[in-house]
Amino acid sequence: MVALSFGWASAQDESVTDEAGLPHPVAFPPAPPRDLAAADFVDNNDAGDKIELTWVLSPDDGAEEANVAGYYLWRSESPGARGDTLAFVGAGTTDFVDDTAVPGVPYYYSVTATDGTSLSDDATFGPVSGRRNWFTVSRLAVLVLAGIFFALVLTFTRLAERGAKLFVRRIPGLNAIEEAVGRATEMGRPVLYVPGIGEIDNIMTIASLTILSHVARITARYETPLIVPTARAVVMSAAEEVVKEAYAAEGKPDAYNPDNIRYLSDAQFAFAGAVNGIMLRERPAANLYLGAFWAESLLLAETGFEAGAIQVAGTAMVSQLPFFVTACDYTLLGEELYAASAYLSREPKLLGGLKGSDWMKIVTIALMAIGIIMSIAGADAFVEWFHTN
Amino acid sequence: MSWLQEFFTGAPGTTTAVVWGTWVGALLTLCIYSFLYKDNPFYKFAESLFVGIGAAYWLAILYHNTLKPKLFVALFPGDSGEPVLWYRVFPGILAIFMLLRFFPKLSWLSRWALAFIVGMYAAVNLTGFAQADFVEQIYATMTTPLTGGGVLSFILNLSAVVGVVAVLLYFFFSKEHKGAMGVAAKIGILYLMVAFGASFGYTVMGRVSLLIGRMTFLLRDWLHVID
Repeated sequence: MVALSFGWASAQDESVTDEAGLPHPVAFPPAPPRDLAAADFVDNNDAGDKIELTWVLSPDDGAEEANVAGYYLWRSESPGARGDTLAFVGAGTTDFVDDTAVPGVPYYYSVTATDGTSLSDDATFGPVSGRRNWFTVSRLAVLVLAGIFFALVLTFTRLAERGAKLFVRRIPGLNAIEEAVGRATEMGRPVLYVPGIGEIDNIMTIASLTILSHVARITARYETPLIVPTARAVVMSAAEEVVKEAYAAEGKPDAYNPDNIRYLSDAQFAFAGAVNGIMLRERPAANLYLGAFWAESLLLAETGFEAGAIQVAGTAMVSQLPFFVTACDYTLLGEELYAASAYLSREPKLLGGLKGSDWMKIVTIALMAIGIIMSIAGADAFVEWFHTN
Repeated sequence: MSWLQEFFTGAPGTTTAVVWGTWVGALLTLCIYSFLYKDNPFYKFAESLFVGIGAAYWLAILYHNTLKPKLFVALFPGDSGEPVLWYRVFPGILAIFMLLRFFPKLSWLSRWALAFIVGMYAAVNLTGFAQADFVEQIYATMTTPLTGGGVLSFILNLSAVVGVVAVLLYFFFSKEHKGAMGVAAKIGILYLMVAFGASFGYTVMGRVSLLIGRMTFLLRDWLHVID
């Protein structure tokens, strides 16, 4: 905020001169506004950065006494000081919303009438501070739809836990994974499984680890080496545990080789370079890229293609899917990655999540259909309810 | 100054450190590009160097940007006058839990730390994703048919809505892709492939731009054959 530099005379000035230094006729300032009040602005959506100011007009502000050009508003963090200029509002204005306040900071406000030449005395108020609202009403739609989604997920999870047979269609990419591992076994070469470069808190990484468990069980069964390069230390720890458990579950704990679960580098392209090296030196026959990938996706998939490996990818990173679709033999698109982990594990919570999101799609399509009809009919209230910004 | 002089000593006013940096960068770039021919010792050297430096760099970054200011200094501010943020003990304990993976008898404690990270991430991001990626997309789809003017706009907008519905049905896993659902799924995958094609072309342009940047570095900053 910039302090105001007045180019006109103030009523408080003892000697007033014009730009040439000549005496200027002393102006008669307008009468001051009064009863300035300031309070936290309650619109149910603000983050405590708004304070509403109201005042009573200067007696000189009106049709008959129209010598008020407007009002200057000031804001200070100290009592007795005008502080910085907040705004200038026109004559006849009796309120203003300061939307630049810092929540919780006490402010002192002043309002002064001006006729364009001189300033009246101040009307002051303070301290007052903005307060964050507990609930943003404009985002009610988010709460309601999230509530519906949770209800669906919990219902289906409960059904799955009670043993209800929840149908999930077979995802073609899963057949491709098994074919790829089978081919590697026939060729006597390892399987390379890259769980992406996302952290362990990334939902794609978590889904990938579930699929890794499935893949590890197949490789354990066939005693095919499984190489898992990782870019995050915590993901490596989790991958170690997943693969170790899978080998134990297949009754082949001795076949588990901890040296094949490798931490390479957190640096994205260093990781990509090192994985490329593994592809060319250890010659895996099957490359599986499942998880969160960024710009390294094409570097990996293209090298794997050049090396002649059968490749299956899966990610929900929309910007990387085109590269996997182009360079891999099969790609799990977006949500198929999550569906695959639910399909393979049959874990009630994952199944509940998958079925819940399925039915939420139907709810979404229905809402969109209703909204489009309403929108064309001009009934905007329903549509605007979904506008949360 | 001759080209040869400039090649070895850099442009006038260039410091020795910059000249060395340019040479190291250029030679390592060539080592990496040698992969285009086939795997070779130069690529292996650059790869190992990159991986090693990357690991060390991230360790230093994590220590100086996270561990030191957010844990050690927060708990032991010394004479700085800053208050002791005692609650930072809890993330510190969770971090120690992660390290307990090295002790088989206590490794189960690391799952607590993992569970905390995953749960917190999901909760913190829920509202953001639900608002921007879900509810606002519903709103945009509802209002799409009426944006723009003219019959052509309306048809194109309607096509966008059909695409949204078809793609949603493609990702419906509770029913086989047969009959009407199969037709909708085929339309959905068609839309997806068109979108992927556009995205692919767009990103390839970006990658070409990166290649131009590297070529500029080699030809201008190192070889000085272009301005």
